[in-house]
Amino acid sequence: MHHFEPFLLGAIVLLPLVGFAVNGLTAFLAPERKTIPTVVGPAVLALAFVIALTNFVRMLGAELHEPIVRSYWSWMPVGSLQIDAALQLDQLSMLMTLIVTGVGTLIHIFSVGYMKADPGYARYFAYLNLFVFFMLVLVLGASFPLMFVGWEGVGLCSYLLIGFWYKERKNADAGKKAFIVNRIGDFGFIVAMMLIFSNLGTLDYVEVFDAAPAAFAYGGGVITAITLFLFLGATGKSAQIPLYVWLPDAMAGPTPVSALIHAATMVTAGVYMVARAGVLFALAPVSQVVVAGVGALTALFAATIGLAQYDIKKVLAYSTVSQLGYMFIGVGVGAFAAGVFHLMTHAFFKALLFLGSGAVIHAMHEAFHHTHKDWDPQDMRNMGGLRKYMPVTFWTMWIATLAIAGVWPFAGFFSKDEIIWQAAAHAVGPFAGWYKAIWAIALLAAVLTAFYMTRMMVMTFHGENRTGAAEREHLHEVPAVMWVPLAVLAVLSVVGGWVNVPHAIADLPVLGWIPTSEWLHEWLHPITEHADEIMAANLPALAEAAPLGGGEAFWAITSFAIAVAVIAIAFRIVGSRQYRPAVESPEPVGLARLLYNKWYIDEIYDAVVVRPVVNASKALWRFVDQGIIDGTVNGFGYASRALGWVGSRLQTGQLNTYAFAVAIGVLILLGFVAF
Amino acid sequence: MSDLLWWVFASLAVGGAAGTVLGRNPVASLLSLVLTFFSLAAIYILLGAHFIGALQVMVYAGAIMVLFLFVIMLLNLGHDFRPDLRKGAWLVSGFATTGLIFYFIWRSFAGGEGLAMGADPLLEKAAEGGNAVSIIAEPLFRDFLVAFELTGVLLLVAVIGAVLLAKRRV
Amino acid sequence: MVTNSLVLAAILFSIGVLGVVVRRNAIILFLCIELMLNAVNLAFVALSRAVGIEGQVFVFFVMAVAAAEAAVGLAIVISIFRHSETVDLKNFNLLRW
Repeated sequence: MHHFEPFLLGAIVLLPLVGFAVNGLTAFLAPERKTIPTVVGPAVLALAFVIALTNFVRMLGAELHEPIVRSYWSWMPVGSLQIDAALQLDQLSMLMTLIVTGVGTLIHIFSVGYMKADPGYARYFAYLNLFVFFMLVLVLGASFPLMFVGWEGVGLCSYLLIGFWYKERKNADAGKKAFIVNRIGDFGFIVAMMLIFSNLGTLDYVEVFDAAPAAFAYGGGVITAITLFLFLGATGKSAQIPLYVWLPDAMAGPTPVSALIHAATMVTAGVYMVARAGVLFALAPVSQVVVAGVGALTALFAATIGLAQYDIKKVLAYSTVSQLGYMFIGVGVGAFAAGVFHLMTHAFFKALLFLGSGAVIHAMHEAFHHTHKDWDPQDMRNMGGLRKYMPVTFWTMWIATLAIAGVWPFAGFFSKDEIIWQAAAHAVGPFAGWYKAIWAIALLAAVLTAFYMTRMMVMTFHGENRTGAAEREHLHEVPAVMWVPLAVLAVLSVVGGWVNVPHAIADLPVLGWIPTSEWLHEWLHPITEHADEIMAANLPALAEAAPLGGGEAFWAITSFAIAVAVIAIAFRIVGSRQYRPAVESPEPVGLARLLYNKWYIDEIYDAVVVRPVVNASKALWRFVDQGIIDGTVNGFGYASRALGWVGSRLQTGQLNTYAFAVAIGVLILLGFVAF
Repeated sequence: MSDLLWWVFASLAVGGAAGTVLGRNPVASLLSLVLTFFSLAAIYILLGAHFIGALQVMVYAGAIMVLFLFVIMLLNLGHDFRPDLRKGAWLVSGFATTGLIFYFIWRSFAGGEGLAMGADPLLEKAAEGGNAVSIIAEPLFRDFLVAFELTGVLLLVAVIGAVLLAKRRV
Repeated sequence: MVTNSLVLAAILFSIGVLGVVVRRNAIILFLCIELMLNAVNLAFVALSRAVGIEGQVFVFFVMAVAAAEAAVGLAIVISIFRHSETVDLKNFNLLRW
């Protein structure tokens, strides 16, 4: 075993910050200069990726068993609490770093083309670089507070980037909504941190996870509370029920932002957090079933909404919420490696889908701009038949769709299947019934996923073009700076799953052609082994067969077949529908209307939560702030004035008054003498 | 006998004082005050301060009150029969304060056993061959000489001040 | 008799205070001040009978000072009267500033 010394670890984190500074200064001083951000923005990311890759390659040969913690300075020494500005490099954080910097670089390059005509070009890259900096702090931080710094920072950048075109009220409101809803989750995170500190006296990962098994009883109330509060934070950041409502609105930001933040990186922070705190979750089986249950429900719920949306980005947004649900099923049942695996593959194909949709929107927008038609360039009812005009985008997006639907040999097949299988395998012990239900919901959601993704592809790329005769001439493929990242991501969406092929399918025909390795599991083993031990010690052995019978290989084949079948059926159903452009289309009715309006959740939240809070705030403002506090402060003023008035009345200038005052004084003195 | 006399003169003094405060015009108040002064002079003599009693009549009743009377007549205030007592709250609070002051003073020396009456200084001095004047004069010119001289200076200054203040044109 | 004289002095003093507080005519106010001074003189004389001759010596000084003060005070009253034709104190509030 070699001794592993990280190489320029701090530089990985600092490079994006430098990028932010340079781009920020440019935005401030010379916002019309586009060359500096074009070069600096992607370059710092690419450099950070190269450094991370170098470290990764060296880590491969080093057989690391303990995380490496580099402490740079003492940040908060407060009494018994010691928080250092420290970075932790282990297999999990390395993987996350690669995803963030790698996918991030591709998205930065895409943005060069997408945002070319935007006046806020430099500001955009400044915010994007700042976001990557905070995301890296989040995944590389060595303690909960440092993760929280990154957590808050990415929330800030999300707000800045969602409301990037802030001059429109809708965009600013969406940014505010994201930030405020996230805040509720942050409250959970903070409470969890406080509980951890008060019980263990430390907040560093290494110390917490070492001390936790001994300090907390298995299934005890304290650890359950801690993990539930942590999960509350995760539901905010990773858009699960009940705090997912901000993510669809966040589509108001530029599409590359949606790709980076709301698909590949920021929303995965919650999953990373649960995976990182796996030891804590393994100690609290109640929290585990809650996490997995909420994930499953969200997966299904969001999929139903995605079925009825017409805005291409909204479909992808709900798809993201749904897939995040899958990841939480994975880390919830205790299959941390599976959840992180799906995180990785999802980053590839979801970023591809978003960037592809960005390309489509870009082309549509240009077409409408030429003819001055004010139709919505994001509405799929205005698209159709785009495969003729945008072949590269077409092919790459189909690859991503097949990946997300779980078709072999694309990436999503392996990761999604593994999650579904693990849900079935973990259906043992006291919560077995719940896990069986979760398994069933996951299967159903997979069916819906395949359906709505196919619907999206058919409406956009197949059939007749509905954009309009005059616009059609202006539809063309996007420039190379935009389709090259699509191609790279498409390759990754194909081969990305091959790093973790389960042994169970090694003997299958066709499916067994890819060499099995389960490499990712082994790679993450040092991270997950402690949690695995705790679960193995307290729960019965894993199930060998799913609730309806059949082993891992059987279900792999079955879900592949189901996915292909659903795609074919959806192709037939959606392809045969006659769509009209959005302005001519009828309003949805019945169930479609319910799904289109997102089950009216936003309206319910508004009536049940937002209105009462706003009214209570107004009442408090009127009675407490204006009435009591201002009243008291003003009251002091009035009292002083009154006192002064009384004093002034004593000065009459009349001799008798003054003589009387003297007499009173004499009286007082005499009182002292007499008594 | 002297006790009875004391009570008579004390009543007269109080009556005169009340008349001063409640009198309707300045001349009436002044004359009441003169009555008080004479009563006080009698009480001084009863207390054995003969010289002081004489001085009381000569200086106070004779000089100061006459001065007041001159001023009243100069300013022609003697015809003022309008009451100038402050009314209402003033009167009530005045009475209350006054009553309390009296009460507090009385309480200050009420607890003790009362002061004993010493020997009559004049009789003592007479035994040595002195008279009423010398019992004041000797301490005055021996122990309190400086104060005596300063009082003289004070009187001079008062004279100058009075003259200047009352001039029609400075 | 000494104690009784002290009580009498207290009564006269109180009446003098009352007069200063309630009367508006400057001359009568002055008379009440003189009354207060005399009450103090009585107290001194009474105490001198009990304690020593110094009390009477002090009364001597009080009388001298009272005379001086009366002279100066009346000169001021005359000046005021020349200024505003009245000695009613309700018309004078210059002490306000």
